Amino acid sequence: MDFLSFLITGLGLGSVYAIIALGYTMVYGIAKMLNFAHGDVIMIGAYVAFFAVGKFNMPSLVAVLFSVLVCTLLGVLIERLAYKPLRDASTLSVLITAIGVSYFLQNAAQILWGSDTKIFPTMFDFGNISLFNGQLQISLLTLITILVCIVIMVVLTLFINKTKTGKAMRACSEDKATAQLMGINVDTTISITFAIGSGLAAIASVLLCSTYPAVNPTLGSMPGIKAFTAAVFGGIGSIPGAFIGGLLLGVLETLAKAYISSQMSDAIVFLVLIIVLLIKPTGLLGKKISEKV
Amino acid sequence: MNLKKIFSTLAVASMLVACGGNDTSSGNSTFKIGVSGPLTGDNAVYGNAVKNAAELAVEEVNAKGGIQLEFKIEDDQADPEKSPTAYGTLKDWGMQIGLATVTSGAGAAVSQNYADDTTFAITPSASSTTVIYSDADNTQSYKYVYQMCFTDPNQGVASADYLKNHTDLGSKVAVIYKSDDNYSTGIYQKFMDEAKKVGLDVVSETSFDNSSATDFNVQLKDAQSKGADIVYLPIYYQPASLILTQANQMGYAPTFFGVDGMDGILTLDGFNTELAEGVYLLTPFSADAKDELTANFVKNYKERYGETPNQFAADAYDCIYAIYDALEAGKATPDMSNSDLADLLIKQFTSMTFDGITGSDVTWSESGEVSKSPKAVVIKDGAYVGVED
Amino acid sequence: MAKLKTAFLGKNRNCHLCLGLVIIAYIVIEVLMYTGSLKSLFINLLVPVTSYIIVALALNLVVGISGELSLGHAGFMSIGAFTGVIVSNVMATMISNDILRLVISIIVGAIVAAFFGFLISIPVLKLQGDYLAIVTLAFGQIIKSLINNTFLGFDSNGFHFSFITNTVTLGTGGKMLINGPIGATATDRISTFTVGVILLIITILIIFHFINSKYGRSVMATRDDRIAAQSVGINVVKTKTIAFVLSAGIAGAAGVLYGLNFSTLVPARFDFNQSILILVYVVLGGLGNMFGTIISTFILVLLPELLRFLADYRMLIYAIVLIVIMIVTNNPTINQFIKKIFRRKKAEGELNND
Repeated sequence: MDFLSFLITGLGLGSVYAIIALGYTMVYGIAKMLNFAHGDVIMIGAYVAFFAVGKFNMPSLVAVLFSVLVCTLLGVLIERLAYKPLRDASTLSVLITAIGVSYFLQNAAQILWGSDTKIFPTMFDFGNISLFNGQLQISLLTLITILVCIVIMVVLTLFINKTKTGKAMRACSEDKATAQLMGINVDTTISITFAIGSGLAAIASVLLCSTYPAVNPTLGSMPGIKAFTAAVFGGIGSIPGAFIGGLLLGVLETLAKAYISSQMSDAIVFLVLIIVLLIKPTGLLGKKISEKV
Repeated sequence: MNLKKIFSTLAVASMLVACGGNDTSSGNSTFKIGVSGPLTGDNAVYGNAVKNAAELAVEEVNAKGGIQLEFKIEDDQADPEKSPTAYGTLKDWGMQIGLATVTSGAGAAVSQNYADDTTFAITPSASSTTVIYSDADNTQSYKYVYQMCFTDPNQGVASADYLKNHTDLGSKVAVIYKSDDNYSTGIYQKFMDEAKKVGLDVVSETSFDNSSATDFNVQLKDAQSKGADIVYLPIYYQPASLILTQANQMGYAPTFFGVDGMDGILTLDGFNTELAEGVYLLTPFSADAKDELTANFVKNYKERYGETPNQFAADAYDCIYAIYDALEAGKATPDMSNSDLADLLIKQFTSMTFDGITGSDVTWSESGEVSKSPKAVVIKDGAYVGVED
Repeated sequence: MAKLKTAFLGKNRNCHLCLGLVIIAYIVIEVLMYTGSLKSLFINLLVPVTSYIIVALALNLVVGISGELSLGHAGFMSIGAFTGVIVSNVMATMISNDILRLVISIIVGAIVAAFFGFLISIPVLKLQGDYLAIVTLAFGQIIKSLINNTFLGFDSNGFHFSFITNTVTLGTGGKMLINGPIGATATDRISTFTVGVILLIITILIIFHFINSKYGRSVMATRDDRIAAQSVGINVVKTKTIAFVLSAGIAGAAGVLYGLNFSTLVPARFDFNQSILILVYVVLGGLGNMFGTIISTFILVLLPELLRFLADYRMLIYAIVLIVIMIVTNNPTINQFIKKIFRRKKAEGELNND
């Protein structure tokens, strides 16, 4: 019974990782860059929701939408100011810039809101459901987190495959120059990708903080690294890959914590990652890189 | 590019030597007291509390018109790598007496510096034994570094004794500690030793570290399934608040028992203080104490900084007054060298009894350890209330 | 071809430039210290700066010369540092000469780190690009976790070891060498600036010797065109492994120097952020540009300290500086402009010579 309960907790955590990983993977697919500042967008999202509910008494759902709006704008702003001037620069230059943005957001948050931890308000109180004569207690919030993740996945897949913008995104990810020749506005498309990724980050932040209610300026770093790992796990650039990678990572981490050692859980997760990459060098669902001669 | 870099290097270099070496303290009219602590980063709360209280105390002392003090705090982000550079900055400033550091890890990294430079220091809140002793057996002290707060082991021993003597709180104990924190593991180990000695029934021991400080499901489930009715939390209040929140979500309601790091939980932004009702903690300072010294301090501190002082602030306040008492009793003058001052202060500290807001009849041993008694406090109606024995 | 030629000819010149820079800087600093006009703040930073420069050079060997992104170099530093602490403590009673003890610790630390580098290179170098980067990141995290859960003590009966939970009990006079997440405490601080500079000079010589050797050229050929390199018979994996192991060993040596400079050393210090920080030094200094790496590391380590007067804002300013430098150095118009200025200066110089 404990196992089932840990499994569900793991799936809940994994769903949050998956939503964050989507942001990494979409941006990577199009801009071919590792956006290390993505985790810090989550942090900003959490603060926005915290103040929206705690200080301005907004209704929970409005607060979530507000947080999504702020993060979307922030994502586009970051892309325009910091990444766009580097479109033709080396990947490493872009990586360092992303790190700079990450430092910037963390320190700005610290100056604006202080470095002490704030406790995230209870936005959604669903209580628990009890199964098997009360032997299994499941938080409804966890189930909703998993559900939200699945809905996002489905909508996003439909969006990418069916809409014009979605097709433009895929075209850009295949070949930017050709896409441009076909009349696709590459800059706009990239901005839209950042907007979607950052908006998702805001949703992830609310879900994350509802389960683990600590808000501080470094809140996003660890989930960021984990989600990035999840994206690679599933095959970076692949949307279903991010989903599967996120879920697997969450479950693996929770089970490792429960049954092996809470201190070694990170090491175990990363060890499994290395093994997976040795067997499938481009992740679970990643595309094979064909070398052109 | 290269040329530009060389120029900037030269500019940097010139800043490094600009005013070195002329800070020897002859002709000073004030005693310069320095400390390094986290003003930015995860633990900035502690550094700022020490800064505020020390500045308050220094002003009060200076207003008396006798000995004049000057205070400076440098940021070390509670990082053992940054505290030596912060120490260097203080030394350049001409520090004569130190409050060492605010946190333990950073403190252990500079204790040797104080000893090497024969400068006296008393830390308000770096409570680990590694701050005052250079070896694992706690036999060789640095001789120049004193503590105002309890040494961690004392808290662990006191907690175990208290729980043994108050079985009405519960009989099966679970411990959740922070494995990468000197403070927490120090208390935890001594607590376990003492628990074994007095026969306390510890049913669950779990830990977490910085990277997993948000999710306590596994630890709480372990405690719950083993039937623990007391959960001992030798940790700071931020993770403790999350533990209380998550235990509440699980419907698990044991008696929570904390140590001095628990102080501050009531002022945590966004925390539902109802969850802290009935939480016990051992602490040398409670802001609701009725004696005149404490009442005055709390009033002035609130007026000036708009918040209730926590234990870090109280310890820092006491540090300044203890130094002041010692300086006055020893008839020290600001033109004395650091090492003469240190000799004088050590002589005073090991012989005097100090009455402050964190305890009365406080004394120090030659190794720098403090002796004062902790009080048990319970949270009732959103305030700390002293428990009568 | 012309580019290759200048790059090749430039190499020895670069080596001399680096050595010259280091030696001059050393002499200047020593003189300033001797005359007592150096701030204590800066004196305390000398050894860490030297260590960071050495690690950055080692990382540049992998990232710049070998062309593989490593996000886990702090892990090698960590291995070196804690090995160094162990060796130095164990020999404390046998060897009283601090310098000798330091040198032996550095050598052992470098060998152990190089060994781990070899182990890690086996899976790592089978992968490419970002996947390789993520595996190095994963190794960095694993190393951190492992050391974080290691409890190692030493007394008259030898070593006592436990994992995850601390069950080590020591006899009298025993010492905890690695105390789990709390790390090493009360370490003898035996690192000296002079030894650091000597290590730095040796590092520079080794790296340039490697770059100019057959292996170095093979590695660079592989970096520029893997398939072409393979087709002319270069053993890609072998050459890359050599570069990686060499880099890990140097990083380990720097770790020892760093670790023995502090009385307290926590495993969490060598985390992902630390790896990234070193990478920042390398990228700002210029990929493959050792001279630039030395200067950029020096400036960037000191920058937060020099910005102390800005208090809370210093890390914010640091972040902005990073972003602006990246944008400016990658801006084609500005690059053109700088090139133009330099070209004119050169032309003027040549005119004057006539």
